[in-house]
Amino acid sequence: MAINFQQALGMSESALRLRAHRAEVLSANLANADTPNYKAKDFDFHAALQSAQQQQSRGGLMLTQDRHIEGGGQMLPGVNMTYRTPTQPSIDGNTVDEHIEHAEFMANSLEFQTAFTLLNSRFKGLISAIRGE
Amino acid sequence: MGLNRIMDIAGSGMNAQSVRLNTTASNIANAESAASSADNVYRGRHPIFAAAYHNMLGHPDSTNLSGDEASAGVNVLGIVESDAPLQMRYEPNHPLADEQGYVFYPNVNVVEEMTNMISASRSFQVNIEVMNSAKQMVQRVLTLGQ
Repeated sequence: MAINFQQALGMSESALRLRAHRAEVLSANLANADTPNYKAKDFDFHAALQSAQQQQSRGGLMLTQDRHIEGGGQMLPGVNMTYRTPTQPSIDGNTVDEHIEHAEFMANSLEFQTAFTLLNSRFKGLISAIRGE
Repeated sequence: MGLNRIMDIAGSGMNAQSVRLNTTASNIANAESAASSADNVYRGRHPIFAAAYHNMLGHPDSTNLSGDEASAGVNVLGIVESDAPLQMRYEPNHPLADEQGYVFYPNVNVVEEMTNMISASRSFQVNIEVMNSAKQMVQRVLTLGQ
């Protein structure tokens, strides 16, 4: 039975990466809360995680020619940015609702900790398997 | 890694808000600075904010918007002086009064400046909280596998 890291870590690694990316997007929304004409952005975490899993199981892009460039790597696959629908549109064209963004950011950082804890316990499991304790 | 970019983004937000707070302080301080002519009188100043997009290589590029380029910091494009009408007060005994006895006062609305000040300090606070959360997240990641 062959174990590789991707199989052993499962989706917690992609989840952690996507959570970090989402934190960045939400922090940009919060920083631009007073910028005229700025539109708040976000992405569907569930869809992004699913497409990241599919990409992982496919193992990236197939190379059928010499001149093909290898895909994958550091890219974040399947993150479709969407604009948030404003609940209280403001006169300067800004669609950032500070309270919603703040709540989303806090929830996201909690989910980040959850993903981190899961990933950490996977590593601990691997380490205890290696040591045979 | 996205977590380090959060520091840049929140930092640019804090910078923009502190510029705004600076202009507000200057406006309030000069709200009663009189002058003898319309050209010399202080005018209210306000910063103009714009989103600053960065693509993967770190070059500002506002036309491209997908994936990694989606997050943006705040850029202060410049500071403009208000075009609102100046206040002319009839104070013939004032040392700066002109021939008709009028003194010019700035077009600063103190109530408006106070709301600006509250909004700026609140946004500054939010950016600090974002930065703190990002710091905690990075610190957690550093303990991975321990």
